[in-house]
Amino acid sequence: MLVLGQDEKAKYPFLADAGEYLKDKGFSLVQFGSDPVLKLSVEKALHRIKVASAGEVYKSDIDKDGQASKDYVLEREVFSFLLAIVLIKLTGMSTLIKRFALAEARRAETYLEKDLGNASNKSKIDLATRIIYDLFNIKIIKENDFFVIPVSDYLKHSVTFHEREWKLINRHVENGKVFLTPDKTVRLIRKELGNYISSKIINAPKPSMIPGLENIVNELILISKKLTPTYTITTGEYPPCIKHAIDVLEKGENLPHSGRFMLATFLLSKGQTVPQIVPLFKNAPDFNPRVTLYQLNHLAGTSGSATKYSCPSCEKLKTQDLCFITKECDNIINPMQFGKKRT
Amino acid sequence: MNEIDIKFLEDSFKKYYFNHFDLITSPQRTSEREFGYQKFNSGMFRHISLKDNKELHLLFMQNIPSDVYCSNAYYAFPNSPMSEKDWKEADLIFDIDAKDLNLPCRKNHTISICNECNEISKDTNQCVKCNSTKLEKKSLPCKNCIDASKIEVNKLSNVLINDLGIDKENIHIYFSGNEGFHVYVYDSQFQQIGSKERSELVDYIMFRGAIPETFGMKKFKPNRSLFPDFNQKGWNGRFSKYIFGSKSKRSKIISELLDSGYPSFQKTLDDVSKNIGVKIDPNVTMDIHRIFRLPGSINSKSGLTKILCTNLTKFDPYTDACFLNDDPVEILANCPIEFKLKNKKFGPYTNEKILVPTYAAVYMICKKLATIA
Ligand code: SF4
Ligand SMILES: [Zn+2]
Ligand SMILES: [Zn+2]
Repeated sequence: MLVLGQDEKAKYPFLADAGEYLKDKGFSLVQFGSDPVLKLSVEKALHRIKVASAGEVYKSDIDKDGQASKDYVLEREVFSFLLAIVLIKLTGMSTLIKRFALAEARRAETYLEKDLGNASNKSKIDLATRIIYDLFNIKIIKENDFFVIPVSDYLKHSVTFHEREWKLINRHVENGKVFLTPDKTVRLIRKELGNYISSKIINAPKPSMIPGLENIVNELILISKKLTPTYTITTGEYPPCIKHAIDVLEKGENLPHSGRFMLATFLLSKGQTVPQIVPLFKNAPDFNPRVTLYQLNHLAGTSGSATKYSCPSCEKLKTQDLCFITKECDNIINPMQFGKKRT
Repeated sequence: MNEIDIKFLEDSFKKYYFNHFDLITSPQRTSEREFGYQKFNSGMFRHISLKDNKELHLLFMQNIPSDVYCSNAYYAFPNSPMSEKDWKEADLIFDIDAKDLNLPCRKNHTISICNECNEISKDTNQCVKCNSTKLEKKSLPCKNCIDASKIEVNKLSNVLINDLGIDKENIHIYFSGNEGFHVYVYDSQFQQIGSKERSELVDYIMFRGAIPETFGMKKFKPNRSLFPDFNQKGWNGRFSKYIFGSKSKRSKIISELLDSGYPSFQKTLDDVSKNIGVKIDPNVTMDIHRIFRLPGSINSKSGLTKILCTNLTKFDPYTDACFLNDDPVEILANCPIEFKLKNKKFGPYTNEKILVPTYAAVYMICKKLATIA
């Protein structure tokens, strides 16, 4: 495993071993419930979760001028992350895990990208490539301004992307390797990074309630309940194309406009309301609440134009690469018929 | 096919199997492969596993198959049903078929056999005798078709070696036994990738799905300095050679491309794809559970052997893949097109009783253009 410095642990706190870190610093979990100084870390943890559940990326203190050199700032960064996991565990809410993991992955992404792009600091580049190798088993080698990875590794990760830009034909390929810029390199492992962080949370043991933190845990449960978006009830009854689109959005990947159109028209026709649907698009890389609201209202026929749009046919969706037909589709001609035909 | 013809083909095939077993290459790691075979007038037997060369030999001698296949995949349990085989990895395979090249010469050597009245005529869409449109097409590929397929094989090798980093020694080229070539890639970084990934490789090799940005054309604020150049590696270099032609024309053509704009550039890319993309059969390469014709076996569509091409340029299927004997046979032939085998010309024949060497008789019977007299 990697040996990390304090500043590296602050940037990539998911790499630190929680128990060991606390022991090293001479603390136990229980102290965080009562010690007034340590409570600052608890508050920070709460803030971190709140920001993540709102679909945003938490802005770290270490990015503020002059702060990154202060040990207690770095320490609190790690504490707040580890405590956030403890708090989420105590709430037992899986929505929080998903949101938090995604937001933290996004946050780590920006550091990885910076470290990879840091032409003047070889050790930073080494660390970033080591992390990618240790966590995801992808060997990245720096060649001039690019990072090169074997074509087969590239394919394994890029096949789930839907933007044409990620097709191999649109990459510089030479001698069995793909050449990538730092941002594309990091983007390639986004999903794995998110999965890594959420599996870390899921696998962490559930602690017993820490006296003094009950109120915070209850507050989080309330937040989470309000959040629980309608789409988590997508059990079986949605057709593969719709499930897939939801999946793409949940992972924070880009769904093409045609895909958003399909998803929105489908859910609207199923009787969902615009406010119910908006949160679905929250994780999209280019999410803008105002624009999304406007577009959805337009599709629903509630604003301006009186036309209500209906869900495109399977045939149309096939041509847009949005169809992921399974035998359950059973020769239907529109996703709206999914599950109805069988008697 | 009638009993007598089948008996004749089986006898001829058996002699070949007996005398030329050295040509039948039992693939590496034989025991991890799935084998399958067909007999004349019968379906496919698959999910067969064989320990070694000896068992392979036995399969040939006991069954006198019309066609034999072997998986490109390696399995833990090759003879179990597909879902229980436990897939480990698969060699990369490619099929280049003259039929997919759609050359203009093709209609000159295509024969239509009517399913209703068995009338045989040169390429047509309607039977000349009974007007039925249910026709079976048979092609006797010409030199032009074979040469064009060879060009595709060379284009493929070029991409495999230069772009995908594959060692030349690990690329094996076979004549398919009928109208094209089969290319195998062994021990590459791609052994373990799945079907979706292989389909991406296919798109790369065929030049499909390219966006204008990749080749220098931006939607907003296009900039001539972004266009690719001749000495670039991969598709950028090949694109330059095809689109610009010569260095002196590059600048002028870039100006033209910029003038016509972004949407028109996408059309240019489609044209590039048709012309310099490698014409492989996507389904074959994507399939990681395929059983593919076994090297050294006979292709019952022609009676020719699927044989390794060590020198592709010089390779002539009509001499180098024809291994059947010369014993004379009397047949009733109805073959409206002339063909050449082992440097001898045959046909055209119109319902004639003729005496020809076994290899020519087999060729025509396999193509349904003759029967034993
Ligand atoms: S067949 Fe229709 S319903 Fe099924 S995945 Fe394709 S588009 Fe969706
Ligand atoms: Zn007819
Ligand atoms: Zn031809």
